[in-house]
Amino acid sequence: MASRNIGLAERKLKKAPTGISGFDDITHGGVPQGRPTLICGSAGCGKSLFGVEFLVHGATRYHEPGVLMTFEEGAEDIKKNVASLGFDLDQLIRQKKLIIDYVHVDRSEIEENGEYDLEGLFIRLGYAIDKIGAKRVVLDTIETLFSGLNNQAVLRAELRRLFGWLKDRGLTTIITGEKGDGTLTRQGLEEYVSDCVVLLDHRVTGQVSTRRMRVVKYRGTTHGTNEYPFLIDEKGVTVLPITSSGMDYEVSNQRVSTGIKELDEMLGGKGLYRGSTVLLSGSAGTGKTSISAHMADANSRRGERTIYFSFEESPAQIMRNMKSVGINLEPHVKKGLLTFHSTRPTVFGLEMHLVRMHKLIEETKPSLVIIDPISNLYTAGSISDSTNVLVRLIDSLRKNHVTCVMVSLTSTSKSQETTDEGMSSMVDTWLLLRDIELAGERNRGLYVLKSRGMAHSNQIREFLISKQGVKLIPVYLGQAGVLTGSARMAQENKEKAEEQLRRDDLARKSMALEHRRRAIEAQIAAIQADFKREEQEFARNTDVFDAREKQITTDRSDMSSSRKN
Amino acid sequence: MKAKTRPTKVPTKKGAAASAKSGKLGKWRLRLYVAGQTPKSLTAFSNLKHLCEQHLAGRYQIEVIDLVKEPQLAAGDQIVAIPTLVRKLPVPIKRVIGDLSDLERIMVGMDLRPIDGK
Repeated sequence: MASRNIGLAERKLKKAPTGISGFDDITHGGVPQGRPTLICGSAGCGKSLFGVEFLVHGATRYHEPGVLMTFEEGAEDIKKNVASLGFDLDQLIRQKKLIIDYVHVDRSEIEENGEYDLEGLFIRLGYAIDKIGAKRVVLDTIETLFSGLNNQAVLRAELRRLFGWLKDRGLTTIITGEKGDGTLTRQGLEEYVSDCVVLLDHRVTGQVSTRRMRVVKYRGTTHGTNEYPFLIDEKGVTVLPITSSGMDYEVSNQRVSTGIKELDEMLGGKGLYRGSTVLLSGSAGTGKTSISAHMADANSRRGERTIYFSFEESPAQIMRNMKSVGINLEPHVKKGLLTFHSTRPTVFGLEMHLVRMHKLIEETKPSLVIIDPISNLYTAGSISDSTNVLVRLIDSLRKNHVTCVMVSLTSTSKSQETTDEGMSSMVDTWLLLRDIELAGERNRGLYVLKSRGMAHSNQIREFLISKQGVKLIPVYLGQAGVLTGSARMAQENKEKAEEQLRRDDLARKSMALEHRRRAIEAQIAAIQADFKREEQEFARNTDVFDAREKQITTDRSDMSSSRKN
Repeated sequence: MKAKTRPTKVPTKKGAAASAKSGKLGKWRLRLYVAGQTPKSLTAFSNLKHLCEQHLAGRYQIEVIDLVKEPQLAAGDQIVAIPTLVRKLPVPIKRVIGDLSDLERIMVGMDLRPIDGK
């Protein structure tokens, strides 16, 4: 049994990692080792770059030297093109880790006469491979041969032979091909390369372009079948396997402060769960950014990193504005704890935004991410698309225990309890900011609409933005309903006056009582004195009576003794 | 590789006229790229030899390069197909691929005019 398993494992398809971030995740390891892979797509979709990156990473990370056989661009052009991505091909060439062979086939320079084959190409490739012991080969774009040479039958036969030859030599090969009309490649290369086919796409929707990648076919192995967005930036190709992020993440029990004491109190007294998703929605000017800034400030004070994605304001603008309400973010930025990324949402497609955000989050590893506002994102795409993008982002953030604050601008015409993105069910904590219009004033109110996993306050708090930051105070709930702002103050003053009155009244009453007590005490004293006097009188009378009795007795005895005599 | 071919690739009209003249009188330097002794290569060589003897007797030079032995030379002349005939002189450089079985076409391709009377 055990030996059978080993046999199976050995027979399992070996994969060569491309080193392209994300791609190796989608394909569970990379392209098939020792076999050709076809990368096809329309012009400008990044095929060549994909190939070059595959070689560069192979040479630098996996000790697999490579040969780049280019049919379209000269070696110098390619070097220049990828130098901007930080790949120094010259150095790799000097280190004998890379060979670039430019095959120039121009129909106008070549006369065909009689039978021929492409042995010259084989020899060139073979020579280059042997020279550096190459394990990887990129043919970019071999289809150019079809426009340079007339004899299609020979070409097809020779290409078939070439791919077979590469396979026999165990070379991991990437062949690029231009997308044809209704076919993957113009010349039907997919016919010859049957192991792995990757389709790159560059789509423009609403004047915004998004690059996408799909593994069309991967024989003998599982792979992600979705279309994955990818981007090409100053660090090369990045593919985002975000749709693969599952729901099996662990959760944290740790709580983090929002930076606003009263808000923490509303959230079960301890603040937010680490890694939870917070939606901060409200209409214009309700103080969404101020609350976000508070959270960023608090997070930075804890010494943790924060990324602030702003789609409306520039970093300088946010910092200036927040300074005016007593939140100084500048030191955090200087320390590198807080990073701002301001872009217009329409600059990229949605997927691109997601990929960018993902990449930045990956690089910075923050514990708090603020997106201000998410509602602007869908100017870059449709609503359902933007929801998808956000769901994927939330999933990956939760997975990494990154607290995420999403600011959403709700239009006043709609119900306050809905967000346009349909995000409400996704979030863990929803803080709703709303205007309370009363007595010719517009004041801000905040309440916790929901907060999963904690006993949260059900009260509306009035939300004040002062020079010392945000403050939350309980609103006045009276017979007239919720009172805020000066109405609340007036009510408070009135209440204070009434209380004073009551207090005065009470004092007066207690004084009267005291008076009465003293009067009664005086009366009691008088009565007691009276009684004492009566008592004394009675005692005196008793004495007199006794004395008289004694006298009588004495007199009587005296009398009787005198009679006897 | 580009640098090698490009400067010679763009001759002026004047140059072309001069080369046509030298085609009659000047030396011809031809290079035939083969890969081993394949039938195609052998056919090409014999066809070429025959042609040269007929039209360029005494003023031609054929250099046969076997890429199996010297693979490093393939890139220099942008060799893809085998056999490839490269006319080094007279300029401009011309390239013909195949076993040269079509004599009429190779004469046009090589800018080779039949000797008068033929």
